[in-house]
Amino acid sequence: MKWLENLDRRWIFLVMGLLVFFPLLFPLSLPLTVSKEVLGFRDGIDKVPNGSTVLMSCDYDPSAIPEMVPMTRTAMRHLLSKDCKIVITVLWNAGPGLVDSITRETAKEFPGKVYGTDWINLGYKAGNEAVMVVMGQGIANAFPRDYTGGDTRRFPIMRNVRDYSTFPLLVNISAGYPGTKEWVQQVQARFHLPMVAGVTAVSAPEFYPYLQSGQLQGLLGGMAGAAEYEKSRGESGSATKGMDAQSLGHVFVALCIVLGNLVRRSKRRETA
Amino acid sequence: MKRELPLLMTAVIGLFMILSFFVPHQWVSVPADFLQATAIVVVAFGYVLGGANVLRINLDAISKRSPDWQYKILLVVSLLITVGVGALDGIAHDGGFLNQGTRSKWIYDTIYSPMSATLFSLLAFFIASAAFRAFRIRTVEAGLLAVAALIVMLGRVPVGDKFTGFLPDALHLSVMQDWIMNFPQNAAKRAILIGAALGVMATGLRVILGIERSYLSGED
Amino acid sequence: MSLHISTDFAVWVAAALTLFVFSFLYKDNPLYKFAEHLFVGVSGGYYIILNFWTVIYPNLILPLGKAFRGTGVNAAHTGMFAAEVGDYRGFLIFTGILGLLLFTRLMGKIGWLSRWPLAVIIGVYAGIKTTGFAQGDFVAQVQASLQPILMPTIGGTISAIVFTVGLITSLLFFFFSREHKGALGVASKLGIYFLMVGFGAGYGYTVMSRISLLIGRFQFLLENWLGLR
Repeated sequence: MKWLENLDRRWIFLVMGLLVFFPLLFPLSLPLTVSKEVLGFRDGIDKVPNGSTVLMSCDYDPSAIPEMVPMTRTAMRHLLSKDCKIVITVLWNAGPGLVDSITRETAKEFPGKVYGTDWINLGYKAGNEAVMVVMGQGIANAFPRDYTGGDTRRFPIMRNVRDYSTFPLLVNISAGYPGTKEWVQQVQARFHLPMVAGVTAVSAPEFYPYLQSGQLQGLLGGMAGAAEYEKSRGESGSATKGMDAQSLGHVFVALCIVLGNLVRRSKRRETA
Repeated sequence: MKRELPLLMTAVIGLFMILSFFVPHQWVSVPADFLQATAIVVVAFGYVLGGANVLRINLDAISKRSPDWQYKILLVVSLLITVGVGALDGIAHDGGFLNQGTRSKWIYDTIYSPMSATLFSLLAFFIASAAFRAFRIRTVEAGLLAVAALIVMLGRVPVGDKFTGFLPDALHLSVMQDWIMNFPQNAAKRAILIGAALGVMATGLRVILGIERSYLSGED
Repeated sequence: MSLHISTDFAVWVAAALTLFVFSFLYKDNPLYKFAEHLFVGVSGGYYIILNFWTVIYPNLILPLGKAFRGTGVNAAHTGMFAAEVGDYRGFLIFTGILGLLLFTRLMGKIGWLSRWPLAVIIGVYAGIKTTGFAQGDFVAQVQASLQPILMPTIGGTISAIVFTVGLITSLLFFFFSREHKGALGVASKLGIYFLMVGFGAGYGYTVMSRISLLIGRFQFLLENWLGLR
């Protein structure tokens, strides 16, 4: 135990790196169980009538790619497979470029879907909650131009889009502020728009009260939530592939907590 | 007037925004919408100001030859290049400076995005190191925190049920994790939500009524 | 498994910068400092140009330009100040002036003028947040807490009791107007235990989040850069 007392933290870094690295090369294929929060998310989208126009707000940036991108892809595929039209907004500064790349790549899997008719990326707008409230008076009021610089009102998809009353559902994929909490407070509570959310694991626990109160119909929490959603849709994306590494990483951190306390306890006994 | 006028503006606008929540009439809703649209634009100006301030601070550090001033030259040059390239791309594409194929998109995809992701990924290593060196279980409260953390950490991933698969269903880590998240954790988080909501409402009213003035800053 | 190393220059730049940042784990070094300062510079420039082209240009400059020509969103209305919801035309001059006044913050003697746009922002957000938290967090959450304690199963009843006791005792912990002694002391102590369970669960999820970020970077290096499939 003595050598553990003065352990250079770089050894811990190395073990963590190796435990995450190897399962990515040599998968363990540990079985996943889909939780009821994730089923709520999936069912929330399933309940939307085919062909409806849905609002999807992707409020994240590159720092949350591994958790947010799989959710975005799977949700977009889910909606497009129901022939739903999707209006996408971004409220994070560093998000629009990433969201555009992901949504374009995903839309390519549906060759019949046309940008501006079946889906549109309205891009980024500064202002956080103020943007959400302004959208309540008119989506195009807040976003007069789309991500590509075109006049929003000229696109076919936007002809029947006025305000939140147009949408049967809000799908929010969010990594923090502004995000799910603000959408619940400003839009779900004020305009009574049904909502499902995919969030980072670090913020997921704070949304369980919203789930229990019915303000959120479903919740995806972190990479595990994304992987379960992929499984529920019969897909196997980057989230599913990462779960083995996630498992070993968690076991290692749990071991660190236990070992760290055992080492300190034995040191205290020796000095007592 | 340097402090009184802004305080009056905050009070009037804040009360107007609260009124607009209850009164749908256009005499209230149209000015409220205009104020929100104004706030969106002013916040954007604020981000531009923030970027300009970064430039000012680092130019100052270079002129004073502060530590690592050579790296600050790289910072300033990369900032100016990003702005310049973005400006040209925006003009060429009528505002769509991040469209596919632009140089700004290349900078974003190749430099900004990978580094942003990698800087945050360092946290995985530090959380493991902190778990070993700093997570001390000395009290009942810390013990409860640790037990809850261990159950949730292991129950949320597939490997958890591998460890407890031989036990009755109720003792599976995933089932215990699910119960903790939906009941005791939910109760605690809801209490925090309600308490925070009361705090925000009180602070909001204090700001609107001019009792809280720290945002004004400065002496005059 | 086969190796297909990428020949895309952009992928190599991204991989190199990723490894420069990871080098910090060994110790602080010039490669990491290079990457860090490059990132800060690119971020600063990106924030400036993004907010100009995505907000100031479409929400201020373009509509003002149209307003000076007497047109706007609604072609049926002509006139610089023929405004309506979402189409504020000439009134956006006020918005533009407020935005520009923010820059006086950098100008010493007239820096106090930046308080006017700040007052607008603070007023708008104080109002929005007060009603948002009141409706979305306070009323809705209290309403949702009024649930029956007696459930069809014993397990459900115990869980409902645990939830209600946890909520009430956690709320009592935050009541600081009286000293935590006697019955209030016992209740707030119990509340602390529930809060610790909540924080422990939060810690577990935080670990998941951080490790996911690392998995993402390794997936990029292995799949996009080295092409290991």
